[in-house]
Amino acid sequence: MSVHRIMGIETEYGVTVPGHPTRNAMVTSTLVVNAYAHQVLAGARSRPRWDYDEESPLRDARGFDMSRAEADPSQLTDDDIGLANVILTNGARLYVDHAHPEYSTPEVTNPRDAVLWDRAGMEVMREASRLASEISDAPVLLYKNNTDNKGASYGCHENYLMRRSTPFADIVRWLTPFFITRQVFTGAGRLGVGQDGRQLQYQLSQRADFFEVEVGLETTLKRPIINTRDEPHADPERYRRLHVIVGDANLSDTATYLKLGTTALMLSMIEDGFLAGHDLMPAHPVREMHAVSHDVTLGHQLELNGRRLTALQVQRELWLLASKYCAGRWGHQLDEQTSDVLARWDDMLNRLERDPMACVAEIDWVAKLAILDGYRARDGLDWNAHRLQAVDLQYADIRPDRGLAARLEERGRLVRMFDDEQVRRAVHEPPGDTRAYFRGESLRRYPDAVAAASWDSVVFDIPGQPHLMRVPTLEPTRGTRQHVEQLLDSCATAADLVAALGNTPASA
Amino acid sequence: MSEQSHVERSSAPAGQDDAPGASAVDAERKAAIDADVDAILDEIDTVLEENSEEFVKSFVQKGGQ
Repeated sequence: MSVHRIMGIETEYGVTVPGHPTRNAMVTSTLVVNAYAHQVLAGARSRPRWDYDEESPLRDARGFDMSRAEADPSQLTDDDIGLANVILTNGARLYVDHAHPEYSTPEVTNPRDAVLWDRAGMEVMREASRLASEISDAPVLLYKNNTDNKGASYGCHENYLMRRSTPFADIVRWLTPFFITRQVFTGAGRLGVGQDGRQLQYQLSQRADFFEVEVGLETTLKRPIINTRDEPHADPERYRRLHVIVGDANLSDTATYLKLGTTALMLSMIEDGFLAGHDLMPAHPVREMHAVSHDVTLGHQLELNGRRLTALQVQRELWLLASKYCAGRWGHQLDEQTSDVLARWDDMLNRLERDPMACVAEIDWVAKLAILDGYRARDGLDWNAHRLQAVDLQYADIRPDRGLAARLEERGRLVRMFDDEQVRRAVHEPPGDTRAYFRGESLRRYPDAVAAASWDSVVFDIPGQPHLMRVPTLEPTRGTRQHVEQLLDSCATAADLVAALGNTPASA
Repeated sequence: MSEQSHVERSSAPAGQDDAPGASAVDAERKAAIDADVDAILDEIDTVLEENSEEFVKSFVQKGGQ
Protein backbone atom coordinates (compact mmCIF):
# COMPACT_ATOMS: atom_id res chain seq x y z
CA MET A 1 0.00 0.00 0.00
CA SER A 2 2.83 2.42 0.86
CA VAL A 3 1.62 6.05 0.75
CA HIS A 4 -0.90 5.08 -1.94
CA ARG A 5 -4.47 4.53 -0.81
CA ILE A 6 -7.84 6.25 -1.15
CA MET A 7 -7.75 9.46 0.91
CA GLY A 8 -9.15 12.96 1.14
CA ILE A 9 -9.23 16.15 3.21
CA GLU A 10 -12.26 18.13 4.47
CA THR A 11 -11.71 21.67 5.71
CA GLU A 12 -14.07 23.97 7.57
CA TYR A 13 -13.06 27.58 6.98
CA GLY A 14 -13.39 30.36 9.55
CA VAL A 15 -15.81 33.01 8.28
CA THR A 16 -16.16 36.64 9.32
CA VAL A 17 -17.82 39.84 8.15
CA PRO A 18 -15.67 42.69 9.49
CA GLY A 19 -17.74 45.37 11.16
CA HIS A 20 -20.69 42.99 11.58
CA PRO A 21 -19.62 40.66 14.39
CA THR A 22 -23.17 39.62 15.21
CA ARG A 23 -24.09 38.48 11.71
CA ASN A 24 -25.38 34.91 11.67
CA ALA A 25 -22.51 32.63 10.65
CA MET A 26 -24.77 29.99 9.15
CA VAL A 27 -26.43 32.56 6.91
CA THR A 28 -23.06 34.00 5.86
CA SER A 29 -21.65 30.53 5.16
CA THR A 30 -24.70 29.71 3.07
CA LEU A 31 -24.19 32.93 1.13
CA VAL A 32 -20.57 31.91 0.41
CA VAL A 33 -21.50 28.46 -0.88
CA ASN A 34 -24.52 29.61 -2.86
CA ALA A 35 -22.65 32.49 -4.46
CA TYR A 36 -20.11 30.04 -5.84
CA ALA A 37 -22.66 27.39 -6.79
CA HIS A 38 -24.74 29.96 -8.61
CA GLN A 39 -21.79 31.02 -10.74
CA VAL A 40 -20.17 27.69 -11.60
CA LEU A 41 -23.37 25.73 -11.96
CA ALA A 42 -25.13 28.45 -13.91
CA GLY A 43 -25.66 26.04 -16.79
CA ALA A 44 -27.39 23.44 -14.68
CA ARG A 45 -31.18 23.36 -14.81
CA SER A 46 -31.37 22.98 -11.07
CA ARG A 47 -28.51 22.68 -8.66
CA PRO A 48 -27.63 19.03 -8.04
CA ARG A 49 -28.24 18.31 -4.39
CA TRP A 50 -26.30 16.05 -2.09
CA ASP A 51 -27.68 12.53 -1.93
CA TYR A 52 -27.78 11.53 1.76
CA ASP A 53 -29.03 7.97 1.31
CA GLU A 54 -25.86 6.24 2.45
CA GLU A 55 -24.81 8.57 5.28
CA SER A 56 -24.77 7.35 8.85
CA PRO A 57 -22.69 9.69 11.02
CA LEU A 58 -23.57 7.88 14.24
CA ARG A 59 -22.04 4.57 13.23
CA ASP A 60 -19.09 3.72 15.42
CA ALA A 61 -15.99 1.86 14.22
CA ARG A 62 -16.00 -0.12 17.45
CA GLY A 63 -19.12 -1.88 16.23
CA PHE A 64 -22.18 -0.23 17.76
CA ASP A 65 -24.56 2.56 16.74
CA MET A 66 -25.31 5.54 18.96
CA SER A 67 -28.99 6.23 19.28
CA ARG A 68 -30.29 9.57 18.10
CA ALA A 69 -31.69 10.33 21.54
CA GLU A 70 -28.20 10.15 23.01
CA ALA A 71 -26.62 12.27 20.32
CA ASP A 72 -26.00 15.98 20.62
CA PRO A 73 -27.85 17.85 17.83
CA SER A 74 -24.53 19.15 16.48
CA GLN A 75 -23.54 15.56 15.65
CA LEU A 76 -26.37 15.13 13.20
CA THR A 77 -25.15 16.08 9.77
CA ASP A 78 -27.42 14.02 7.55
CA ASP A 79 -30.58 16.01 8.17
CA ASP A 80 -30.72 18.25 5.17
CA ILE A 81 -31.99 21.44 6.75
CA GLY A 82 -31.89 23.38 3.54
CA LEU A 83 -28.28 24.45 3.84
CA ALA A 84 -26.22 24.84 0.72
CA ASN A 85 -24.61 21.61 -0.37
CA VAL A 86 -23.27 21.10 -3.88
CA ILE A 87 -21.00 18.88 -5.92
CA LEU A 88 -18.35 20.40 -8.16
CA THR A 89 -17.02 19.20 -11.49
CA ASN A 90 -13.71 18.29 -9.83
CA GLY A 91 -15.63 15.75 -7.75
CA ALA A 92 -15.41 17.81 -4.54
CA ARG A 93 -18.23 18.71 -2.17
CA LEU A 94 -18.80 22.35 -1.17
CA TYR A 95 -21.28 22.90 1.65
CA VAL A 96 -22.17 24.44 4.98
CA ASP A 97 -21.33 22.43 8.05
CA HIS A 98 -21.84 23.72 11.58
CA ALA A 99 -21.84 27.40 10.59
CA HIS A 100 -18.71 27.13 8.43
CA PRO A 101 -18.26 26.79 4.69
CA GLU A 102 -16.56 23.47 4.09
CA TYR A 103 -14.74 21.97 1.13
CA SER A 104 -14.13 18.23 0.89
CA THR A 105 -11.61 17.19 -1.72
CA PRO A 106 -12.57 14.48 -4.16
CA GLU A 107 -11.19 11.05 -3.32
CA VAL A 108 -7.55 10.82 -4.41
CA THR A 109 -5.05 7.96 -4.33
CA ASN A 110 -1.94 9.65 -2.93
CA PRO A 111 -0.72 12.55 -0.74
CA ARG A 112 0.52 14.68 -3.63
CA ASP A 113 -2.91 14.68 -5.25
CA ALA A 114 -4.47 15.42 -1.84
CA VAL A 115 -2.35 18.58 -1.65
CA LEU A 116 -3.35 19.61 -5.17
CA TRP A 117 -7.10 19.19 -4.68
CA ASP A 118 -6.87 20.80 -1.24
CA ARG A 119 -5.20 23.81 -2.90
CA ALA A 120 -7.99 23.76 -5.45
CA GLY A 121 -10.39 24.01 -2.51
CA MET A 122 -8.64 27.14 -1.29
CA GLU A 123 -9.01 28.59 -4.76
CA VAL A 124 -12.72 27.72 -4.73
CA MET A 125 -13.09 29.42 -1.35
CA ARG A 126 -11.22 32.51 -2.58
CA GLU A 127 -13.61 32.84 -5.49
CA ALA A 128 -16.62 32.07 -3.28
CA SER A 129 -15.66 34.76 -0.78
CA ARG A 130 -15.10 37.26 -3.59
CA LEU A 131 -18.52 36.52 -5.08
CA ALA A 132 -20.23 36.59 -1.67
CA SER A 133 -18.61 39.94 -0.93
CA GLU A 134 -19.94 41.35 -4.20
CA ILE A 135 -23.55 40.55 -3.37
CA SER A 136 -23.21 41.41 0.31
CA ASP A 137 -23.08 44.86 1.89
CA ALA A 138 -19.72 44.05 3.48
CA PRO A 139 -16.71 41.87 2.64
CA VAL A 140 -17.00 38.21 3.62
CA LEU A 141 -13.59 36.89 4.67
CA LEU A 142 -12.48 33.28 5.01
CA TYR A 143 -9.66 31.81 7.09
CA LYS A 144 -7.97 28.44 6.79
CA ASN A 145 -7.39 28.00 10.51
CA ASN A 146 -8.96 26.05 13.37
CA THR A 147 -9.80 28.40 16.21
CA ASP A 148 -10.94 31.94 17.00
CA ASN A 149 -8.88 31.87 20.22
CA LYS A 150 -12.08 32.45 22.15
CA GLY A 151 -13.14 28.87 22.75
CA ALA A 152 -14.42 27.76 19.34
CA SER A 153 -12.67 25.24 17.12
CA TYR A 154 -13.49 23.90 13.66
CA GLY A 155 -11.78 21.10 11.85
CA CYS A 156 -9.57 19.99 9.03
CA HIS A 157 -10.20 16.26 8.79
CA GLU A 158 -8.26 13.63 6.93
CA ASN A 159 -9.89 10.47 5.64
CA TYR A 160 -8.14 7.23 4.78
CA LEU A 161 -9.75 4.10 3.42
CA MET A 162 -8.53 1.04 5.33
CA ARG A 163 -9.00 -2.69 5.31
CA ARG A 164 -11.97 -3.68 7.45
CA SER A 165 -10.01 -6.66 8.78
CA THR A 166 -7.44 -4.52 10.62
CA PRO A 167 -8.22 -4.60 14.38
CA PHE A 168 -9.26 -1.18 15.60
CA ALA A 169 -7.15 -1.61 18.75
CA ASP A 170 -4.02 -1.71 16.55
CA ILE A 171 -5.01 1.58 14.97
CA VAL A 172 -5.46 3.17 18.40
CA ARG A 173 -2.20 1.75 19.78
CA TRP A 174 -0.10 3.05 16.91
CA LEU A 175 -1.75 6.17 15.69
CA THR A 176 -2.04 7.71 19.17
CA PRO A 177 1.71 8.21 19.70
CA PHE A 178 2.11 9.13 16.04
CA PHE A 179 -0.61 11.83 16.15
CA ILE A 180 0.71 13.29 19.42
CA THR A 181 4.20 13.68 18.00
CA ARG A 182 3.53 14.55 14.34
CA GLN A 183 2.55 18.02 15.57
CA VAL A 184 6.22 18.98 15.28
CA PHE A 185 5.77 19.28 11.52
CA THR A 186 1.97 19.45 11.08
CA GLY A 187 1.33 22.25 13.60
CA ALA A 188 0.00 25.45 12.05
CA GLY A 189 1.06 27.53 15.09
CA ARG A 190 -1.17 29.34 17.53
CA LEU A 191 -0.68 32.36 19.77
CA GLY A 192 -2.72 31.33 22.81
CA VAL A 193 -2.88 28.39 25.16
CA GLY A 194 -6.08 26.84 26.47
CA GLN A 195 -9.30 26.47 24.49
CA ASP A 196 -10.10 30.17 24.89
CA GLY A 197 -6.49 31.14 24.23
CA ARG A 198 -6.39 33.10 27.44
CA GLN A 199 -2.71 32.41 28.10
CA LEU A 200 -0.82 34.40 25.48
CA GLN A 201 1.94 31.97 24.73
CA TYR A 202 2.89 30.45 21.38
CA GLN A 203 2.25 26.77 20.69
CA LEU A 204 2.76 24.36 17.78
CA SER A 205 -0.85 23.40 17.11
CA GLN A 206 -4.16 25.16 16.51
CA ARG A 207 -6.12 22.09 17.54
CA ALA A 208 -4.25 20.32 20.38
CA ASP A 209 -5.98 22.07 23.29
CA PHE A 210 -9.40 21.03 21.99
CA PHE A 211 -8.74 17.33 22.50
CA GLU A 212 -10.04 15.92 25.74
CA VAL A 213 -10.34 12.14 25.40
CA GLU A 214 -8.35 9.30 23.82
CA VAL A 215 -10.98 7.49 21.73
CA GLY A 216 -14.55 8.38 20.83
CA LEU A 217 -17.23 9.15 18.27
CA GLU A 218 -17.71 12.86 18.86
CA THR A 219 -16.21 15.55 16.64
CA THR A 220 -17.79 18.72 18.06
CA LEU A 221 -17.39 18.19 21.81
CA LYS A 222 -15.13 16.08 24.04
CA ARG A 223 -12.99 15.60 20.95
CA PRO A 224 -11.05 12.32 20.85
CA ILE A 225 -7.50 11.83 19.55
CA ILE A 226 -8.75 8.75 17.70
CA ASN A 227 -12.17 9.30 16.17
CA THR A 228 -14.30 6.21 15.74
CA ARG A 229 -16.78 7.49 13.17
CA ASP A 230 -17.18 4.71 10.66
CA GLU A 231 -18.98 5.61 7.45
CA PRO A 232 -16.85 4.03 4.76
CA HIS A 233 -18.93 5.41 1.84
CA ALA A 234 -17.88 2.10 0.31
CA ASP A 235 -18.50 -1.62 0.88
CA PRO A 236 -18.51 -1.85 4.70
CA GLU A 237 -17.56 -5.53 4.58
CA ARG A 238 -14.26 -4.65 2.96
CA TYR A 239 -13.49 -1.14 4.09
CA ARG A 240 -13.42 1.23 7.00
CA ARG A 241 -12.88 4.95 6.54
CA LEU A 242 -10.51 6.25 9.17
CA HIS A 243 -11.69 9.75 10.07
CA VAL A 244 -8.78 11.74 11.50
CA ILE A 245 -9.80 14.90 13.33
CA VAL A 246 -6.62 15.89 15.22
CA GLY A 247 -4.94 17.73 12.37
CA ASP A 248 -4.47 21.46 11.85
CA ALA A 249 -5.50 23.12 8.60
CA ASN A 250 -2.16 23.73 6.92
CA LEU A 251 -1.27 26.59 4.62
CA SER A 252 2.08 25.02 3.71
CA ASP A 253 1.88 22.44 0.92
CA THR A 254 4.82 20.53 2.39
CA ALA A 255 3.07 20.27 5.76
CA THR A 256 -0.11 18.90 4.15
CA TYR A 257 1.94 16.51 2.02
CA LEU A 258 3.91 15.13 4.96
CA LYS A 259 0.81 15.00 7.16
CA LEU A 260 -0.98 12.74 4.68
CA GLY A 261 2.12 10.88 3.51
CA THR A 262 3.46 9.89 6.92
CA THR A 263 -0.01 8.96 8.18
CA ALA A 264 -0.57 6.76 5.13
CA LEU A 265 2.76 5.04 5.79
CA MET A 266 1.75 4.41 9.40
CA LEU A 267 -1.53 2.86 8.23
CA SER A 268 0.32 0.66 5.78
CA MET A 269 2.57 -0.65 8.57
CA ILE A 270 -0.42 -1.18 10.88
CA GLU A 271 -2.36 -3.09 8.22
CA ASP A 272 0.60 -5.32 7.51
CA GLY A 273 1.13 -6.04 11.21
CA PHE A 274 4.67 -4.70 10.95
CA LEU A 275 4.55 -2.86 14.28
CA ALA A 276 3.72 -5.84 16.48
CA GLY A 277 6.08 -6.03 19.42
CA HIS A 278 6.86 -2.30 19.49
CA ASP A 279 5.38 0.03 22.06
CA LEU A 280 5.40 3.83 22.01
CA MET A 281 2.06 4.41 23.75
CA PRO A 282 2.29 7.30 26.25
CA ALA A 283 0.92 6.83 29.76
CA HIS A 284 -1.25 9.98 29.45
CA PRO A 285 -2.02 10.63 25.77
CA VAL A 286 -4.23 13.71 26.13
CA ARG A 287 -1.90 15.46 28.54
CA GLU A 288 1.10 14.62 26.32
CA MET A 289 -0.66 15.94 23.25
CA HIS A 290 -1.06 19.31 24.95
CA ALA A 291 2.48 19.27 26.42
CA VAL A 292 4.11 18.55 23.05
CA SER A 293 2.20 21.40 21.45
CA HIS A 294 3.02 23.82 24.26
CA ASP A 295 6.80 23.38 24.07
CA VAL A 296 8.17 25.20 21.02
CA THR A 297 11.72 24.24 22.02
CA LEU A 298 10.63 20.64 21.20
CA GLY A 299 12.33 19.58 24.44
CA HIS A 300 9.30 18.07 26.19
CA GLN A 301 9.81 14.42 27.09
CA LEU A 302 6.85 12.07 26.85
CA GLU A 303 6.48 9.27 29.39
CA LEU A 304 6.23 6.03 27.50
CA ASN A 305 6.12 2.81 29.37
CA GLY A 306 9.25 3.46 31.43
CA ARG A 307 11.05 5.48 28.75
CA ARG A 308 11.21 9.22 28.28
CA LEU A 309 11.46 10.45 24.69
CA THR A 310 10.95 13.79 22.98
CA ALA A 311 8.39 14.06 20.19
CA LEU A 312 11.26 14.18 17.70
CA GLN A 313 12.75 10.99 19.14
CA VAL A 314 9.39 9.21 18.87
CA GLN A 315 9.11 10.41 15.27
CA ARG A 316 12.66 9.24 14.60
CA GLU A 317 11.80 5.75 15.87
CA LEU A 318 8.71 5.67 13.69
CA TRP A 319 10.70 6.86 10.70
CA LEU A 320 13.29 4.13 11.28
CA LEU A 321 10.53 1.52 11.44
CA ALA A 322 8.95 2.93 8.28
CA SER A 323 12.20 2.89 6.35
CA LYS A 324 12.91 -0.69 7.48
CA TYR A 325 9.38 -1.65 6.51
CA CYS A 326 9.72 -0.15 3.03
CA ALA A 327 13.19 -1.60 2.49
CA GLY A 328 12.01 -5.08 3.50
CA ARG A 329 8.76 -4.98 1.63
CA TRP A 330 9.75 -3.24 -1.62
CA GLY A 331 13.52 -2.81 -1.63
CA HIS A 332 14.57 -1.08 -4.84
CA GLN A 333 11.05 -1.42 -6.20
CA LEU A 334 9.81 1.24 -3.78
CA ASP A 335 7.62 3.71 -5.66
CA GLU A 336 8.76 7.28 -6.23
CA GLN A 337 6.26 9.04 -3.97
CA THR A 338 6.71 6.75 -0.97
CA SER A 339 10.45 7.15 -1.31
CA ASP A 340 10.01 10.93 -1.47
CA VAL A 341 7.82 10.99 1.66
CA LEU A 342 10.39 8.91 3.56
CA ALA A 343 13.25 11.18 2.46
CA ARG A 344 11.42 14.40 3.27
CA TRP A 345 10.19 13.08 6.62
CA ASP A 346 13.79 12.22 7.49
CA ASP A 347 15.08 15.57 6.29
CA MET A 348 12.43 17.49 8.25
CA LEU A 349 13.22 15.61 11.47
CA ASN A 350 16.93 16.27 11.02
CA ARG A 351 16.44 19.96 10.52
CA LEU A 352 13.98 20.23 13.40
CA GLU A 353 16.56 18.52 15.62
CA ARG A 354 19.25 21.04 14.65
CA ASP A 355 17.16 24.19 14.58
CA PRO A 356 13.44 24.48 13.83
CA MET A 357 14.07 27.80 12.06
CA ALA A 358 15.75 25.76 9.31
CA CYS A 359 12.20 24.64 8.40
CA VAL A 360 10.83 28.17 8.06
CA ALA A 361 9.91 27.65 4.41
CA GLU A 362 8.04 24.38 4.96
CA ILE A 363 6.44 24.21 8.41
CA ASP A 364 3.57 26.55 9.26
CA TRP A 365 4.25 26.96 12.97
CA VAL A 366 7.87 27.89 12.22
CA ALA A 367 6.97 30.32 9.42
CA LYS A 368 4.43 32.06 11.65
CA LEU A 369 6.82 32.15 14.61
CA ALA A 370 9.51 33.77 12.45
CA ILE A 371 7.12 36.64 11.67
CA LEU A 372 6.09 36.99 15.31
CA ASP A 373 9.71 36.94 16.47
CA GLY A 374 10.56 39.50 13.80
CA TYR A 375 7.87 41.85 15.09
CA ARG A 376 8.87 41.32 18.70
CA ALA A 377 12.50 42.14 17.89
CA ARG A 378 11.82 45.08 15.61
CA ASP A 379 9.06 46.78 17.60
CA GLY A 380 9.79 45.46 21.09
CA LEU A 381 6.32 43.88 21.36
CA ASP A 382 5.16 41.61 24.17
CA TRP A 383 3.21 38.44 23.46
CA ASN A 384 0.02 40.24 24.51
CA ALA A 385 0.31 42.82 21.72
CA HIS A 386 -2.82 42.87 19.58
CA ARG A 387 -0.67 43.14 16.47
CA LEU A 388 0.84 39.73 17.20
CA GLN A 389 -2.59 38.20 17.69
CA ALA A 390 -3.63 39.77 14.39
CA VAL A 391 -0.61 38.14 12.70
CA ASP A 392 -1.70 34.77 14.12
CA LEU A 393 -5.14 35.13 12.52
CA GLN A 394 -4.11 36.83 9.33
CA TYR A 395 -1.54 34.15 8.54
CA ALA A 396 -4.58 32.06 7.54
CA ASP A 397 -6.53 34.77 5.65
CA ILE A 398 -6.96 33.12 2.24
CA ARG A 399 -6.91 36.34 0.20
CA PRO A 400 -3.76 36.35 -1.98
CA ASP A 401 -3.10 40.04 -1.28
CA ARG A 402 -3.79 40.02 2.46
CA GLY A 403 -3.07 36.52 3.78
CA LEU A 404 0.38 36.33 5.34
CA ALA A 405 1.07 32.75 4.23
CA ALA A 406 0.09 33.82 0.71
CA ARG A 407 2.48 36.78 0.91
CA LEU A 408 5.29 34.44 2.04
CA GLU A 409 4.54 32.15 -0.90
CA GLU A 410 4.63 35.07 -3.28
CA ARG A 411 8.13 35.88 -2.03
CA GLY A 412 9.22 32.25 -2.29
CA ARG A 413 9.50 32.10 1.50
CA LEU A 414 6.94 29.32 1.78
CA VAL A 415 7.48 26.47 -0.67
CA ARG A 416 4.70 25.64 -3.10
CA MET A 417 4.32 22.23 -4.71
CA PHE A 418 2.08 23.28 -7.60
CA ASP A 419 1.91 26.29 -9.87
CA ASP A 420 -1.20 28.41 -10.47
CA GLU A 421 -2.07 26.63 -13.71
CA GLN A 422 -2.05 23.18 -12.07
CA VAL A 423 -4.26 24.44 -9.25
CA ARG A 424 -6.66 26.12 -11.69
CA ARG A 425 -7.06 22.87 -13.58
CA ALA A 426 -7.78 20.97 -10.36
CA VAL A 427 -10.54 23.47 -9.55
CA HIS A 428 -12.48 22.13 -12.54
CA GLU A 429 -11.10 18.66 -13.25
CA PRO A 430 -11.45 15.55 -11.09
CA PRO A 431 -8.59 13.18 -10.33
CA GLY A 432 -8.56 10.50 -13.03
CA ASP A 433 -7.93 7.49 -10.82
CA THR A 434 -10.92 7.29 -8.45
CA ARG A 435 -14.73 7.29 -8.72
CA ALA A 436 -14.51 11.10 -8.37
CA TYR A 437 -13.79 11.00 -12.10
CA PHE A 438 -17.23 9.55 -12.87
CA ARG A 439 -18.94 11.98 -10.48
CA GLY A 440 -17.15 15.09 -11.74
CA GLU A 441 -17.37 14.18 -15.41
CA SER A 442 -21.06 13.30 -15.14
CA LEU A 443 -21.69 16.76 -13.75
CA ARG A 444 -19.52 18.46 -16.36
CA ARG A 445 -20.94 16.58 -19.35
CA TYR A 446 -24.60 16.32 -18.31
CA PRO A 447 -25.20 19.29 -15.99
CA ASP A 448 -28.94 19.31 -16.67
CA ALA A 449 -29.41 15.67 -15.86
CA VAL A 450 -27.59 15.22 -12.56
CA ALA A 451 -30.22 15.59 -9.84
CA ALA A 452 -28.01 14.62 -6.92
CA ALA A 453 -24.74 12.95 -6.08
CA SER A 454 -22.76 11.79 -3.09
CA TRP A 455 -19.53 9.93 -2.47
CA ASP A 456 -21.15 6.66 -3.45
CA SER A 457 -23.81 7.59 -5.97
CA VAL A 458 -24.77 9.78 -8.90
CA VAL A 459 -28.50 10.30 -9.38
CA PHE A 460 -29.76 11.15 -12.87
CA ASP A 461 -33.03 12.80 -13.78
CA ILE A 462 -33.69 11.79 -17.37
CA PRO A 463 -36.27 13.84 -19.27
CA GLY A 464 -39.35 11.75 -19.97
CA GLN A 465 -38.46 9.11 -17.37
CA PRO A 466 -40.88 8.71 -14.45
CA HIS A 467 -38.18 7.82 -11.91
CA LEU A 468 -34.77 9.12 -10.92
CA MET A 469 -31.96 6.75 -11.83
CA ARG A 470 -29.40 6.17 -9.08
CA VAL A 471 -26.02 4.90 -10.20
CA PRO A 472 -24.17 3.46 -7.21
CA THR A 473 -20.43 4.08 -7.05
CA LEU A 474 -19.66 2.01 -3.99
CA GLU A 475 -16.13 1.05 -5.03
CA PRO A 476 -13.82 4.10 -4.79
CA THR A 477 -11.24 2.63 -7.14
CA ARG A 478 -13.77 2.19 -9.99
CA GLY A 479 -15.39 4.82 -12.20
CA THR A 480 -11.91 6.04 -13.13
CA ARG A 481 -10.86 7.61 -16.41
CA GLN A 482 -9.59 4.23 -17.51
CA HIS A 483 -12.90 2.56 -16.66
CA VAL A 484 -15.44 5.05 -17.98
CA GLU A 485 -13.93 7.70 -20.24
CA GLN A 486 -14.68 5.73 -23.37
CA LEU A 487 -18.20 5.03 -22.21
CA LEU A 488 -18.80 8.71 -21.42
CA ASP A 489 -17.34 9.73 -24.78
CA SER A 490 -19.79 7.44 -26.51
CA CYS A 491 -22.82 8.90 -24.70
CA ALA A 492 -23.94 12.29 -25.97
CA THR A 493 -26.68 12.55 -23.37
CA ALA A 494 -27.32 11.29 -19.86
CA ALA A 495 -30.16 9.21 -21.30
CA ASP A 496 -27.61 7.41 -23.49
CA LEU A 497 -25.39 6.88 -20.46
CA VAL A 498 -28.14 5.47 -18.29
CA ALA A 499 -29.23 3.21 -21.13
CA ALA A 500 -25.66 2.04 -21.66
CA LEU A 501 -25.17 1.40 -17.94
CA GLY A 502 -28.44 -0.54 -17.89
CA ASN A 503 -26.96 -2.87 -20.50
CA THR A 504 -23.67 -3.29 -18.67
CA PRO A 505 -23.42 -5.78 -15.84
CA ALA A 506 -20.97 -3.75 -13.71
CA SER A 507 -21.87 -0.35 -12.31
CA ALA A 508 -19.57 2.63 -12.79
CA MET B 1 23.05 8.55 13.19
CA SER B 2 22.62 4.98 11.96
CA GLU B 3 23.80 3.55 8.65
CA GLN B 4 20.20 2.99 7.70
CA SER B 5 19.30 6.65 7.75
CA HIS B 6 22.33 7.49 5.63
CA VAL B 7 21.27 4.95 3.07
CA GLU B 8 17.72 6.26 2.96
CA ARG B 9 18.91 9.81 2.92
CA SER B 10 20.76 9.27 -0.33
CA SER B 11 17.38 9.31 -2.06
CA ALA B 12 16.61 12.78 -0.72
CA PRO B 13 15.99 15.43 -3.39
CA ALA B 14 19.00 17.51 -4.35
CA GLY B 15 19.56 20.44 -2.05
CA GLN B 16 17.92 18.72 0.90
CA ASP B 17 20.83 16.40 1.60
CA ASP B 18 22.07 16.10 5.13
CA ALA B 19 25.72 15.51 4.21
CA PRO B 20 28.44 17.48 6.08
CA GLY B 21 27.99 21.12 5.21
CA ALA B 22 24.25 21.00 5.63
CA SER B 23 24.48 23.17 8.72
CA ALA B 24 26.36 25.71 6.62
CA VAL B 25 23.47 25.59 4.18
CA ASP B 26 21.06 26.13 7.08
CA ALA B 27 23.12 29.06 8.36
CA GLU B 28 23.20 30.57 4.88
CA ARG B 29 19.50 30.06 4.52
CA LYS B 30 18.88 31.64 7.90
CA ALA B 31 21.05 34.64 7.09
CA ALA B 32 19.12 35.13 3.88
CA ILE B 33 15.88 34.94 5.86
CA ASP B 34 17.15 37.43 8.44
CA ALA B 35 18.15 39.81 5.67
CA ASP B 36 14.71 39.45 4.17
CA VAL B 37 12.78 39.58 7.41
CA ASP B 38 12.72 43.37 7.58
CA ALA B 39 11.39 43.52 4.04
CA ILE B 40 8.75 40.93 4.92
CA LEU B 41 7.70 42.85 8.03
CA ASP B 42 7.52 46.06 6.02
CA GLU B 43 5.20 44.36 3.59
CA ILE B 44 3.11 42.79 6.35
CA ASP B 45 2.79 46.25 7.92
CA THR B 46 0.97 47.34 4.79
CA VAL B 47 -1.45 44.39 4.64
CA LEU B 48 -2.10 43.82 8.35
CA GLU B 49 -5.60 44.82 9.46
CA GLU B 50 -5.38 48.46 10.53
CA ASN B 51 -7.12 48.27 13.88
CA SER B 52 -5.62 45.04 15.13
CA GLU B 53 -7.33 45.22 18.51
CA GLU B 54 -10.77 45.54 16.93
CA PHE B 55 -9.94 42.89 14.32
CA VAL B 56 -8.81 40.36 16.93
CA LYS B 57 -11.77 41.10 19.19
CA SER B 58 -14.35 40.74 16.44
CA PHE B 59 -12.93 37.48 15.08
CA VAL B 60 -15.56 35.27 16.71
CA GLN B 61 -16.45 31.85 15.30
CA LYS B 62 -19.07 29.28 16.03
CA GLY B 63 -17.70 25.87 16.98
CA GLY B 64 -17.46 23.26 14.27
CA GLN B 65 -16.28 19.69 14.04
